[in-house]
Amino acid sequence: MNYEVLRFIWWVLVGVLLIGFAIMDGHDMGVGTLSPFVGKTDLERRAAINSVAPHWDGNQVWFITAGGAVFAAWPLVYAASFSMLYIAILAVLWTIFLRAPAFEYRAKIDNPKWKSTWDWVLFVGSAVPPILFGVAFGNLFLGIPFHYDDTMRLVSDASSPVAGFLALLSPFSILCGLVAFCMITAHGGIYLTLRTEGEMQERARKYAAVFSLLTIVLFAIGGVFIAHMNGYVATQLDPNGASDPMLKTVSLIHGGWLTNYEHYPVTLLIPVVAFGALFLSAMTNFALKKSGLAFIFSGIGIAGIILTAGVSLFPFVLPSSSSPVSSLTMWDATSSEYTLAAMLIAAVIFTPIVLTYTSWVYKIMRGKLTTAKIKENSQAYY
Amino acid sequence: MDHLIALSRLQFAVTAMYHFIFVPLTLGLAWLLVIMEGCYVATGKEIYKDMTKFWGKLFGINFAIGVTTGLTMEFQFGTNWAYYSHYVGDIFGTPLAIEGLMAFFLESTFVGMFFLSWERVSKKQHLLFTTLVAIGSNFSALWILVANGWMQNPLGTTFNPVTMRMELSNFWSVLFNPVAQAKFLHTVTAGYVTGSIFVLTISAYYILKRKNLEFAKRSFKIAALFGLCASIAVIFMGDKSGLYVYNAQPTKLAAIEGVWNTTDAPAPWSLLAWPDNSTHTNLFSVNVPYLGSLILTHGLHGTITGINQLEEANKLRIINGQKELVKLQEYRKDPRNNAAMVPEIEQNSDDIGYGLLLKQYTTNVATATPAMVDEAARSTVPNPLPLYYTFRAMVFLGISMFLLFAFSAYFADKGIENRTKLLKSALVLFPAPWISCWCGWFVAEYGRQPWTIYGILPTHQSASSLTAGDIIFSLFGFVFLYTVLLVVELYLMTKYAKEGPAVLGKKEYTVENMGA
Repeated sequence: MNYEVLRFIWWVLVGVLLIGFAIMDGHDMGVGTLSPFVGKTDLERRAAINSVAPHWDGNQVWFITAGGAVFAAWPLVYAASFSMLYIAILAVLWTIFLRAPAFEYRAKIDNPKWKSTWDWVLFVGSAVPPILFGVAFGNLFLGIPFHYDDTMRLVSDASSPVAGFLALLSPFSILCGLVAFCMITAHGGIYLTLRTEGEMQERARKYAAVFSLLTIVLFAIGGVFIAHMNGYVATQLDPNGASDPMLKTVSLIHGGWLTNYEHYPVTLLIPVVAFGALFLSAMTNFALKKSGLAFIFSGIGIAGIILTAGVSLFPFVLPSSSSPVSSLTMWDATSSEYTLAAMLIAAVIFTPIVLTYTSWVYKIMRGKLTTAKIKENSQAYY
Repeated sequence: MDHLIALSRLQFAVTAMYHFIFVPLTLGLAWLLVIMEGCYVATGKEIYKDMTKFWGKLFGINFAIGVTTGLTMEFQFGTNWAYYSHYVGDIFGTPLAIEGLMAFFLESTFVGMFFLSWERVSKKQHLLFTTLVAIGSNFSALWILVANGWMQNPLGTTFNPVTMRMELSNFWSVLFNPVAQAKFLHTVTAGYVTGSIFVLTISAYYILKRKNLEFAKRSFKIAALFGLCASIAVIFMGDKSGLYVYNAQPTKLAAIEGVWNTTDAPAPWSLLAWPDNSTHTNLFSVNVPYLGSLILTHGLHGTITGINQLEEANKLRIINGQKELVKLQEYRKDPRNNAAMVPEIEQNSDDIGYGLLLKQYTTNVATATPAMVDEAARSTVPNPLPLYYTFRAMVFLGISMFLLFAFSAYFADKGIENRTKLLKSALVLFPAPWISCWCGWFVAEYGRQPWTIYGILPTHQSASSLTAGDIIFSLFGFVFLYTVLLVVELYLMTKYAKEGPAVLGKKEYTVENMGA
């Protein structure tokens, strides 16, 4: 297996981790966002929270592992994205912080004020991160202002940290934030429909339908933006070369982010599948009332959206707006061949094990969570 | 620049120390829960199940903030130490990624099952879940200490001038790095001690209050026995770690011991001294003859290299590193056309890190003056004073806890309720494991200065190109959020610990039982 193949595999694997994060942590974030609206009483909110309470922590590890994998496989991307998006990353961390205590502490004191406080803490911790991730993703298309000096030290070209942060909030990136928020919330809504009953289930179904449709519309608008945007095209880029981004040349082309779809029309299937799956997920959940199937379609839709973005950017992963040549691609921002191979072996061994026990615990905890069940055996639930 | 480094270090220290309030307790309590639940599965006695559930609730309150503060640790290398991440990510990222895949998933998937699957699975299956949480948390410690062990003793890597970074050349020497292995065992067993002290002291409090005696005495005994084994292991592994520091990090060792000049064998051990970094002397020193060689080399023939001699030797490496770095900089100006220089640079790259030490005084290393070289050489050994005392505090507290466990284990079945002095001394030692863990980490990290990667990358070269304002903002944010979380955590923890097993809502543990 040569360097080029390993690098491509790692592009796929980072994508898999991001998709895994969006699907797994996404549904419990969606539940956290919708819980105060879908659950009208404490028991109903407990039903919502308990549908993900045994799993949220395991799901969050997709986020941590994605971070670790980017560090190991794409150290330049890890260093550049996290330091150049400093304030945005802090905002992600500080809101994600809220989730653990909200899940674990809410049930520890039986007091309505205590509980409703944690409900809103969970709401913030669930609703804000997807928006921020979406905004960050959107900014990849626009590029981030940084360059390298001759010792490969990153230098920010933003006029000031605050200005740098505010510059992240463009119409396109906010749109991306809303796409992410809507798709995650719809996904959580479908999951809630699957795990609850009665009036609460119907409320969840309606919320899911609204957010599914919004996702489709906003994703389509995003496509229009992309077509009219400058995209990057790399030349003299050696897939087997050393990980020094400064060795390539980069040009900006109007609509450049669509060149992959022009050169390889088969990739157009990805956005098509994304739209189809999102539509089917809305239909199966709302009209056919088959929320299990809808959840699968929704997962495919999320994977499709993320892949659509990934393929548009390919081979770029972190473009620079101020110094296009400093842009990082999946060919020239990776670890050494040896590290990529070692990491691949670890991933091949452990990923199937993780997927196996994750499905096992979901199977153990499956079934409808009714308010009656929770009332009857209050100590067994959060 | 200096402010930036100081602030970045401060933020790392603060967030790491907050994190390490929760981690050692998780490491230790997880195994104590396995033992308690194992007793339940083996004997069928309901009281062991109640113990598992009650201590499990305290475990959960602690675990939530452990997870939260751990997130920062995973991302802080990228946010605040970007050049470090670039320079050594090829090696350092690997254990972190494997930690996620192998350990965090396991621990976090089953911790939810520990709390919420009691009604859904068999006794044995639940015990399996608890065990997997414990194994997961230990694996996580393994990989993080493999990463940290590599920072202390960077094996299995080579410098690549083309990518301008260190690259992994042998995964197995990183994993089986003896420094990492000793550190791992020293750290996890310190965690077991922390968990044991936690259970032991809270149980001692119930026994003193004559509250839920049966429940408290059983918990006390388990904690005492487990803690005794763990504290013996901590001391043993601490001694092993010391031997490795002697070999791998002579500057850290000399600073811990306050040894300015190389001693003849057998070297004495300094019991009490005041190392003064400005004059390079000890203002006073009380020595125990022979003990230094005995402790540090397990023989009478070992000598301890002094700080002055280490600085002299490092000066030569700095001068050599200066030459190597100048070559490297020449190459970096135009890598495409200078490719012919690569083999020579690769062969002469051992002291590049020492050359980088000069960068804190001048941007152009080629023109560094002899005075700068001298100053850089002096910077290669950290200030001994704080190391001298934190190390001794750690050892003192470690031995005190060992004695507490030994007496507690001995008296656990011999009328422990009447051993008021022993029970009260347990209460006094409640903060000891945390203080000694912090001291231990301080010795490990401050003792490695001026390096982030020993001998390879200086700390002042490792940080991100942020502004001081950025870090002041984030530091305040972290301190504020962490403090709020800590206050809530402590509030819940004290509330639950005070109420005791009554929180389980069972009639055998009610308030009336308090007098029994």
